[in-house]
Amino acid sequence: MVMTDVPAKIVYERPEALDPRVTHYCPGCTHGVAHRLVAEVLDEMGETGNTIGVASVGCSVFAYNYFNIDFVEAAHGRAPAMATGIKRVYPDRTVFTYQGDGDLASIGMGEIVGAASRGEGITVIFINNANYGMTGGQMAPTTLPGQKTSSSPTGRDTKRQGYPIQTAEMLSTLEGSSYIVRRSLHSSREIRRAKQAIRTAFEVQKHGLGFSLVELLSTCPTNWGMSAAGARDWLEERMLPFYPLGDYKISPAVAELKI
Amino acid sequence: MAKELIKGNTAVAEAALRAGLEAYFGYPITPQTELLEHLSARMPEIGRPFVQAESELGAINMVYGAACTGKRVMTSSSSPGVSLMMEGLSYIAGTEVPAVLVDVVRGGPGLGNIAPAQGDYNQIVHGGGHGDYHMLVLAPASVQEAVDLTVLAFDLAEKYRNLVAVLMDGSIGQMMEPAELPPFQPLKTDIPDWAVRGTGGGENRVLTSINLDPPAQEVMNLRLMKRWQEIEKNEVRYKGYYLEDAEYVVVGFGTAGRISLSAVRAAREQGIKVGLLRPITLAPFPKDVLDELTEKAKAFLVVEMNAGQMLEDVRLVVRGRKPVEFFGRMGGVVPYPDEVLTEIERLVDGPLTTEGHPRDRWLARLSETIG
Repeated sequence: MVMTDVPAKIVYERPEALDPRVTHYCPGCTHGVAHRLVAEVLDEMGETGNTIGVASVGCSVFAYNYFNIDFVEAAHGRAPAMATGIKRVYPDRTVFTYQGDGDLASIGMGEIVGAASRGEGITVIFINNANYGMTGGQMAPTTLPGQKTSSSPTGRDTKRQGYPIQTAEMLSTLEGSSYIVRRSLHSSREIRRAKQAIRTAFEVQKHGLGFSLVELLSTCPTNWGMSAAGARDWLEERMLPFYPLGDYKISPAVAELKI
Repeated sequence: MAKELIKGNTAVAEAALRAGLEAYFGYPITPQTELLEHLSARMPEIGRPFVQAESELGAINMVYGAACTGKRVMTSSSSPGVSLMMEGLSYIAGTEVPAVLVDVVRGGPGLGNIAPAQGDYNQIVHGGGHGDYHMLVLAPASVQEAVDLTVLAFDLAEKYRNLVAVLMDGSIGQMMEPAELPPFQPLKTDIPDWAVRGTGGGENRVLTSINLDPPAQEVMNLRLMKRWQEIEKNEVRYKGYYLEDAEYVVVGFGTAGRISLSAVRAAREQGIKVGLLRPITLAPFPKDVLDELTEKAKAFLVVEMNAGQMLEDVRLVVRGRKPVEFFGRMGGVVPYPDEVLTEIERLVDGPLTTEGHPRDRWLARLSETIG
């Protein structure tokens, strides 16, 4: 056996913030990727032991089972209010919500707009997969025009069912929001960009610069009725045109932030 | 500390702050708003969080989040706002975290009006939110009592990790009376073991109300019910007036109890042996004393500013052993002592019956009066 003098170096391992257990998420679902990105960022920032997460109602209702950090579980849509309560009594802790599109953009629209407009110093990880995942793929506020779901079986008819909500664009109009961006989890390149955005969002909070939100376009192969690869393609072809990736709000203070 | 002339809502706000209220979250609604307004000035003044939420839903869920840290937190509202908070109250109960709610009750249902009422008895005492849970409910009849019960509310909430509601008629919130405010308590420094605080390394805490395994959920339900039995054993509070030799007993809480006391005194001047039982804890309900009174008294008169919500709890204790009559005003109408006195006289004059339902007899009489 030839020994080399190159020392072994760990280049990839499970983040400390992530619990070593199998998730309940479907194969091909991007929740696992999003969880991992959040965990990596909290570890890299040294915030894992200083963070309180707020889980929401939806497929990520049990997100707290997968993180090694303090967590509370909110009522449907109310995570930003719960996070506000925690952040106000613990301003030096990192507080984040992890919410899906039904939770945040439908039933919880009041709470997210309230938190953003107050410039609440929390970070929101917003998973947009264009349907209600946990209840079996019903039409969500983010469902695309014409998209078939279990409650829009002939496709979303905009005459009867209206139009999807572009959350990042909408929240970016609020003076209280500081960092609002949309990223996607459909390719390695976009996943890396998503991680950078998540890092920036948490840095915004750590520096006391106000409300930060990262919208992550995500796949739901099971409810979309597609393979994992097919779902990634569908996201790229159908979701990206309606939900363009980009930075929708970078406040002047955030723009000066050096990471 | 000397007494000062102070409005009920303001007094409760100041009492909460002095009791170590660490964060307040609320939403404006009449007749509660002065409470929120007072804290909007005072909390920031002493460096404590105050948030005017986007809605009562927002407010109660901010309380929920802050309560998960084990700090002293509260919200306040009035009837329609409290209806909106029912979701959060159920979650707080299901997570077993302590929190205080002040409900300054107004006329309903719906928007109703902004006059004093007691129509929230059922939604506060008998649930409102989903699932099996109980709030400990304190009902003051004066500004001083509202102050004292607010301080007590925080202690009880923490002692039992249970929701405590101060159910205060709009009249108590709005009127000014001399009251002595409590001394300043320092903020709590100890964090309960169960509270989230930001801990990693496998020591992390999770607070949730979800439990998908029915048998495990049932164990949790049983724990809540046993805790409630403990509360029923330890925390019953009431005030009795002229009960020693009372042949007739009026039962009323809050403003209705206070007005009834004037009527009882007037009746005593006429030589009628009547007393008053004023429950201070509506939950746990003072069943034992009422049961003892059932043995002694000839008949009961329940007086409320609703259509007889506590009446049902009285009837459950009396169980048809003695006649029970009811007098109530609804919709924000506050009864006069004379009206209650007339009802006491009717009780004495008879005829009395244990048949039928007292509400039906009252509604028939009321229909003649107000049409």
